[in-house]
Amino acid sequence: MTPILEVKSLSKTFGSVTAAADINVSVKVGERVGLIGTNGAGKTTFVNMVTGYIKPDRGTILLQGRDITGQSPRYITRAGVCRSFQIPQLFLGLTAEENLVVAIGIATGRALAPHASPDAPDTRGAVEDLLSRFRLGEYRHRVVSELPGGVRKLLDIAVAVTRKPKLLLLDEPTSGVASEQKFALMDIVMEALPDDVTVLFVEHDMDIVSRYSDRVLAFYDGRIISDAHPSVVLSDPQVKSYITGAAN
Amino acid sequence: MLDWRSTAHLCMALVALLAAGLVLPGWANFLLVIALSKGLAALGLVVLLRSGLLSFGQGLFYCAGGYGAGLLMLWGGISDAALLVGGGGLFALLIGVATGPLVAGYRKIFFATLTLALSMLVHGALTKADFLGGTDGLNLRAPTFFGWRAGSAGENVYALYAFASILAVALAGLCRAHFGSVRGLLSLGVRDNEIRIEYLGTSVRRVVFENFVIAAFLAGIGGAINALALSHIDPELAFWTTSGEFVFVAILAGQASVVAVFAASVLLEVVRSWSSQYFPNAWQLTLGVFMLAVILFLPNGVGALLRRRSRPSVEADAK
Repeated sequence: MTPILEVKSLSKTFGSVTAAADINVSVKVGERVGLIGTNGAGKTTFVNMVTGYIKPDRGTILLQGRDITGQSPRYITRAGVCRSFQIPQLFLGLTAEENLVVAIGIATGRALAPHASPDAPDTRGAVEDLLSRFRLGEYRHRVVSELPGGVRKLLDIAVAVTRKPKLLLLDEPTSGVASEQKFALMDIVMEALPDDVTVLFVEHDMDIVSRYSDRVLAFYDGRIISDAHPSVVLSDPQVKSYITGAAN
Repeated sequence: MLDWRSTAHLCMALVALLAAGLVLPGWANFLLVIALSKGLAALGLVVLLRSGLLSFGQGLFYCAGGYGAGLLMLWGGISDAALLVGGGGLFALLIGVATGPLVAGYRKIFFATLTLALSMLVHGALTKADFLGGTDGLNLRAPTFFGWRAGSAGENVYALYAFASILAVALAGLCRAHFGSVRGLLSLGVRDNEIRIEYLGTSVRRVVFENFVIAAFLAGIGGAINALALSHIDPELAFWTTSGEFVFVAILAGQASVVAVFAASVLLEVVRSWSSQYFPNAWQLTLGVFMLAVILFLPNGVGALLRRRSRPSVEADAK
């Protein structure tokens, strides 16, 4: 079966800093992959290259065999890759519900029709479905700028999945969220996503990584130093030494 | 689409406008025609403001609408007001389509300056174009209205006022429906976060371009009405002070209500007429004080006042 994502010899430098050095990864459909590494290790650069925010210097990115290397974010999103951000990228002046209406409108093409109503039954149905799956119902009429950080994170992911992505990349979904709420947030996200959606998520909390990923990619100095099941990666001496800081 | 309540409000507004015109003196009808024409240009500016962009060159399209209508009359021999105003709006729209791709890639002060530069280019070109009357401009005849020609100047002013009122109410209704639609929310999304719009799979440039063209069309319609009201067109329509007036009306109105745009335009015309009559040597000073007061005490515009007034009834409905 063709991998959902295949990355070959991906490299990127910023001046003298190597953010990605010859990265090779193949991800199967439906996998839940955790990306770990210290700050500056190249995790977010990897996510940014896959989603078109940064163009790689060298290498190839294939989505189900289709070359998406260096394409625009819009092109890559339409191809089936969606993402959330470390700092949620939402429409701050709109309510949670309106954010979803805009996202659904873009996904269905209704947003470009001159007078499509936000109260159309199919739009309304899709909004209700997302509000329910992501447990955002009580915040529906609240303006985003007034929402707590964790709710914004959930809404950012809910907005990202309106296009029904094949591949979803989550950049630090639990950063800035209180430690006692992290698992609850991840439970909601993972339950809300269909099984056939492949998820790559950047994470610093190793308990979250262990619990929610089938596989972990450990980044260090722009390279992947370990790629295996979480239990294997987290007990890898190199990973312990460079990333988790745990005693050998 | 508009809900029945908004449609009923618009119909009542139209009836009130038409009835008011029958009892108001001719000069007041004339003042209202000018205010409605400028209100349409400012409404276009509000369309742009909702996507986070402020144009300082809306006068370009106001001028294009005026010259489009004027030249259709003088060179094309057309005298029907509907055809002239439609032609003026279409001409402005085409200029918007031609210049839109250039400006759609710019934001903030760069967008404002570029639109200002375009309008001043047109102003400069028109002042040198002798075949278009140069700085003096061109005089126009009184229009006909669907084959009917007014018997007196007063009749002509009322006919034009009624025509402008119908157009303004219809376009305000369309804009109201647009603002409340998914597409209207998309514009607010562009204003708030362009990155998210691109990562949802649509083009921010396209949204900005479309809004720019809508704004151009609305200003063109306004400019054509203005030309027919004054029976004159000249390059001052594209001068930066004209664009500045539209910016002021848009700020005075805020973005909360389309009705507020026309209310603000009428208010500005009334203040200007009143101050130029009673303080002929210092009317600009009066206008400046008025503008300052609005910015200090009504930063969200007249629309915010209207919304505040209407909120209790909305809450009552909710209960």
